[in-house]
Amino acid sequence: MDNLVIAGREFNSRLLVGTGKFASSKVMADAIEACGSEIVTVALRRVDIENENDDMLLAIDRDKYLLLPNTSGARDADEAVRLAKLARAASSINWLKLEVTPDPYYLLPDPVETLKAAEALVKDDFIVLPYINADPVLAKRLEDAGTATVMPLASPIGSNQGMRTRAAIEIIIEQANVPVVVDAGLGLPSHAAEAMEIGADAVLVNTAIATAADPCAMARAFKLCVKAGRTAYNSGPAVAQRKATASSPLTGFLRDE
Amino acid sequence: MKTMQTKSQQFSSILTLRGLDRKYSQWSNALNNFTESDVKGALSSQPGVYRPEKLMVLVSPAARGHLEQMAQLAHQLTVQRFGKTIKLYVPLYLSNYCSSSCRYCGFNVDNKIERKRLTIEEALEQADIIANEGFRDILLVSSEDRNYITVEYLCELSKQLRKKFSCVSIEVYQMTAAEYSELFAAGIEGVTLYQETYDRDVYKYYHPAGLKTDYGQRLNVADDMAAAGMREIGLGALLGLADWRVETLALGEHAHYLMKRYWQSHISISFPRIRPASHVDGQQFEHLLSDKDMVQMMLALRLCFADVGLVLSTREPASLRDNMVSLGITRMSAGSKTSPGGYCKTEHALEQFDVNDSRSASQIAEMLRERGLDAVWKDWDCGFIDNK
Repeated sequence: MDNLVIAGREFNSRLLVGTGKFASSKVMADAIEACGSEIVTVALRRVDIENENDDMLLAIDRDKYLLLPNTSGARDADEAVRLAKLARAASSINWLKLEVTPDPYYLLPDPVETLKAAEALVKDDFIVLPYINADPVLAKRLEDAGTATVMPLASPIGSNQGMRTRAAIEIIIEQANVPVVVDAGLGLPSHAAEAMEIGADAVLVNTAIATAADPCAMARAFKLCVKAGRTAYNSGPAVAQRKATASSPLTGFLRDE
Repeated sequence: MKTMQTKSQQFSSILTLRGLDRKYSQWSNALNNFTESDVKGALSSQPGVYRPEKLMVLVSPAARGHLEQMAQLAHQLTVQRFGKTIKLYVPLYLSNYCSSSCRYCGFNVDNKIERKRLTIEEALEQADIIANEGFRDILLVSSEDRNYITVEYLCELSKQLRKKFSCVSIEVYQMTAAEYSELFAAGIEGVTLYQETYDRDVYKYYHPAGLKTDYGQRLNVADDMAAAGMREIGLGALLGLADWRVETLALGEHAHYLMKRYWQSHISISFPRIRPASHVDGQQFEHLLSDKDMVQMMLALRLCFADVGLVLSTREPASLRDNMVSLGITRMSAGSKTSPGGYCKTEHALEQFDVNDSRSASQIAEMLRERGLDAVWKDWDCGFIDNK
């Protein structure tokens, strides 16, 4: 089996999904179901984690999905850590997608504060999945700090631009000893396929599914492309070259001497 | 002429350099010179990116024939950046005692109206009512009643409100940097303060006395909010006092200036359009906006600023609000009462403006659902705040 393993837990699906921007909790639940994801991230700012009747939380079946709270909106390490601890106290979930995004426009992650928060949270027994810019050295620093994955962005969140940081993500994949989850900016299923083809362990998608005219159909398309990309990666993809090479060689008739 | 801004330059001097602080009629005339091809150029540029010339074209009369295309682009951009959601908030009016004499306002010190201010206990009682309707985002509103609605009052109220509300912000009188810092420490994370008008001369006319008379001082207050750490800074011009097209240019400059300088604060823009105030007689406003004007203004701003919040209050009638939710609006109030104590009582004698959309919060949420939008009640968390 070719399962995704994060912090010792196995997952069949290599597609993680976010829960923002949907037209309703019902549409969100249907889309999650359609994409076959097993890890669903929710912004702690958006839900009332202590409230069992929270509309969004009710729509996510906790027996079926790993609920992965995230700290989006935290401006520094202190805020992220404080929020994480309160959320864990209320929900007893110790998985955390760490997001420290002080810039409210591009929501780019702060590398300094992310590392600081990750160190504190790992020490406090959180399973930390940090959202980062595609910075190979930061990825290694986080891995050394004990994070369960690294989650480099493909392009700015919600921008649908695809694998703009591909060259850096290739280095991160080459060097990582933890799963690499490409997060943010994947706007089309083919972008997700591209990430998987180059060896990402998983991808996380939200905007592209939530804001599609038919989120469920788009969710299915992402599911297929993630599988296709993974299969291609496992099949040992051929190397791209500038020159054409004939598939039927012209000198095949020559015998070995 | 392109002038380089320096970091120490205040916004008031930048606006003066750009010549946007007066002589609106000259600007209005210049805007008449744009052509169809200017508009096509502006619409084919990257949506959501600000250029002063682009905003000029988009508010110009030439863009009037392209509102549908602007609306389509603005809608796509807003869905991409904010999702199929609208945030709901509720205002809580604390006082209509006022020491200002703004000529356009029903709470004007010279108006003999019934005045009311809430004690903290009364305010909390009101807050309970609106929390029960589902609101988690509350805006505390007061007129210039500095002696009663003090910083201490707001801090104390905020601390209590944080138990029930995930986001507390204010729209009161202008304050100092030190006062904003105190409020931020007490859990108030957003401030809205309208410049009223960016035209220096018009400003002077409408604010003849009181603490609001200093145009430049008011213009620089948003810097103090940002420096205090405020997460959300609300800007706006009281629409109807001067040519909305030129006000929009100044607003754009203001938003852009703040975004460049205070990269951790989110900017939002409101569209308070002058509506008849019950207690102001004989008001003649030369520059009242039609629905079309307001829509063009909103679309032009969205197409220049992909990520700013655009806010619509219950000043506007229900039918218009329903249609505007798909044009770039990200946040709206619902179930509002604009008189202090209004959530308990049925009388409306003290309102600052007439509410034109009196539907309840759940009715608004239902309207949004029908339009494929999710009403977001909570988009912040007390966990961010240090409650020590």
